[in-house]
Amino acid sequence: MATPVLDKVEAESAASPYITVTFRVRRFNPEISDEASWEDFRIDIDPKERVLDGLHKIKWDLDGSLTFRRSCAHGICGSDAMRINGKNRLACKTLIKDINPEKPITIEPIKGLTVLKDLVVDMEPFFQAYRDVMPFLITEGNEPTRERLQSPEDRERFDDTTKCILCAACTSSCPVFWNDGQYFGPAAIVNAHRFIFDSRDEAGEQRLEILNDRDGVWRCRTTFNCTDACPRGIEVTKAIQEVKRALITRRF
Amino acid sequence: MKIHKYDTVIVGAGGAGMRAAIEATKRSRTAVLTKLYPTRSHTGAAQGGMAAALANVEEDNWEWHTFDTIKGGDYLVDQDAAEILAKEAIDAVLDLEKMGLPFGRTQDGTIDQRRFGGHSRNHGEAPVRRACYSGDRTGHMILQTLYQNCIKEGVEFFNEFYVLDQLIVEEDGVKKSAGVVAYELATGEIHVFQAKAVIYASGGTGKFFKVTSNAHTLTGDGQAACYRRGLPLEDMEFFQFHPTGIWRMGILLTEGARGEGGILRNKDGERFMEKYAPVMKDLASRDVVSRSIYTEIREGRGCGPEGDHVYLDLTHLPPEQLDAKLPDITEFARTYLGIEPYTDPIPIQPTAHYAMGGIPTNVQGEVLADNTTVVPGLYAAGEVACVSVHGANRLGTNSLLDINVFGKRSGIAAAEYSAKADYVELPENPAETVIEQVERLRNSTGNERVADIRKELQETMDANVMVFRTEQTIKSAVEKIAELRARYKNVSIQDKGKRFNTDLLEAIELGNLLDLAEVMAVSALARKESRGGHYREDYPNRDDVNFMRHTMAYREVGDDGSDSVRLDYKPVVTTRYQPMERKY
Repeated sequence: MATPVLDKVEAESAASPYITVTFRVRRFNPEISDEASWEDFRIDIDPKERVLDGLHKIKWDLDGSLTFRRSCAHGICGSDAMRINGKNRLACKTLIKDINPEKPITIEPIKGLTVLKDLVVDMEPFFQAYRDVMPFLITEGNEPTRERLQSPEDRERFDDTTKCILCAACTSSCPVFWNDGQYFGPAAIVNAHRFIFDSRDEAGEQRLEILNDRDGVWRCRTTFNCTDACPRGIEVTKAIQEVKRALITRRF
Repeated sequence: MKIHKYDTVIVGAGGAGMRAAIEATKRSRTAVLTKLYPTRSHTGAAQGGMAAALANVEEDNWEWHTFDTIKGGDYLVDQDAAEILAKEAIDAVLDLEKMGLPFGRTQDGTIDQRRFGGHSRNHGEAPVRRACYSGDRTGHMILQTLYQNCIKEGVEFFNEFYVLDQLIVEEDGVKKSAGVVAYELATGEIHVFQAKAVIYASGGTGKFFKVTSNAHTLTGDGQAACYRRGLPLEDMEFFQFHPTGIWRMGILLTEGARGEGGILRNKDGERFMEKYAPVMKDLASRDVVSRSIYTEIREGRGCGPEGDHVYLDLTHLPPEQLDAKLPDITEFARTYLGIEPYTDPIPIQPTAHYAMGGIPTNVQGEVLADNTTVVPGLYAAGEVACVSVHGANRLGTNSLLDINVFGKRSGIAAAEYSAKADYVELPENPAETVIEQVERLRNSTGNERVADIRKELQETMDANVMVFRTEQTIKSAVEKIAELRARYKNVSIQDKGKRFNTDLLEAIELGNLLDLAEVMAVSALARKESRGGHYREDYPNRDDVNFMRHTMAYREVGDDGSDSVRLDYKPVVTTRYQPMERKY
């Protein structure tokens, strides 16, 4: 495999911001082969650009068959979670300069979900776990005519877990999830937390019972992979701990 | 080819599509076809807020909101629609709160409100706090809340299904909707969805610009599908350029930053908006602020070595306020620019943001085949549509409102229609056009590349039909687009497979962008006046005598198969507010 020739490029381009980097991408297309393989692409890129920009350069200039999901390109839509240099990140929120471009940048699909083509995985099991925690406000009694009241402090209580964009970076970084796809996974627990700790919601007990399941929160081994992986900076492990504590104390 | 039958089919699963789906699913057998997973939709990128005259924090009423919307749209707004928007805004916000949306709160526990561009007390006296918000993640919260409620209601989604054709059948001289044809990304299979009612909620077209806040996937697919089937597109020359995009990248930095007290400054540190809008200053409407920024840049007061941007200054605001109210945009500045907004101003430039124009509808969301005739069974809502509540320039926070008010209305109207209507018989070989299009692209051996044509399109659009336009620049865009459309016929793709062929879909999306860019440029060329987001340097004034009317663009196909844009016009609905000079 080729290595990048950074010295030469830098010498040539005092004025140009571009450097040459190698993207080492995990390719898989069952229409062509049952086996996945690595493929290297060398591209010129400004180190201040995103990994997603690099993938676009490959797709648009070198190999149109390279397949990945993306949409907003600034870390909001959650389409482009992938494993970059062994860590789960969003390709659109990772700048080339921040991941040591002197070495080949490895790019793989997120783990624990079935790969369908190149960097595209089957998201259905992930969304099924999300749906299973009843991720919607449940209230009893008559609806008020105006808004329900909620103090700024009560609103703040669950703010962190409202940030989730369902990118699956956390769940697919979790060793328990890799070993056993039955585990709800961090993202579903985060979204249960978002409602359990919302003062307006009245189904906390039901959600806790769902998470008290064999495949629920007790499977978490507190490895903090999820917190490290979250591109929104959610304290995922803390949220899971709070759900565990609520299960023991039944106070939330 | 598979054939499905539903009462109601919704195309798109952003805010408008999912708000419609919640209503339609309760009333009819509904399918939502979306080219993305619903939570990937670009509603999630909206930041600052959703306007409603709740009057939670200061005096306000929906009539003031109506007036601001009409004035903001430079009097091209249909005033009956604006009244509905402002009046129903209050329930739209309360609906979302009851669905669980975590709005920011006042000390009393009610929904908090902030200032936003163009929203004023008593017809322009001073800025008013009307925008309901959730930090700078209001769109994210709306998208998540609506998706959560779709799960609750059991909405049936077809994720990663691209709608490529609208089936129109003429019965007794009346155009009717029979359904849609979709392409399944995972398998390459073609699906026909026969439906009594179809609602387009597929979003905007902003990807024909280079510097844009829009997602890669905003390629005007719904507009293009209807336009190619002979339906008009309204007011396509009106495109909004948001004043504060991240320099060169176009990523949106919310107007809420200025609502919280942020200030625009030129290279001399001057608060230049005081010159252009003495009352509203940095909170003038977006078209005014974007033109002011470019005026500063053109007159040599831009920042940086190339003088090609200005600053959004938040450094005088307490860090706690930035953390609480603007957490995402301050993080964008850190991530993408390496700038600390606590201490340093953020380089910004106007960024292509929002299509005011689109598929013409009435206030029930019913699509119009001409100035007055409804297409039975066809609806549109959100950015894809033109009601018109935004006229020549949309006010900030009115788009999140639009998707909720008109998403809900179209969802109810479509389901009620499908409850009493019969299916329109599918045309013979309903998928013929799509199969032909897909096979042509897959088998093409032409020597043109999608990426090249798209890049040239984006460059000509930025250079020629952005904030400032003249006859000359628009003509050169028209010529360039014609050249690119000709070259597009020779485009080929590398991925010939069926599975997840995004190479193919990007080629199809480019075709949509090219058609819509042509409509936009041709519409802009004919509008020899300046109004809202459409500014002609050669006609710098608004001309109510000749142009107080909506543009209606139709695709004409000649005998030789060539196509062109035919323009017609539609009167503006005026109820209470006579056009006045627009000052902020």
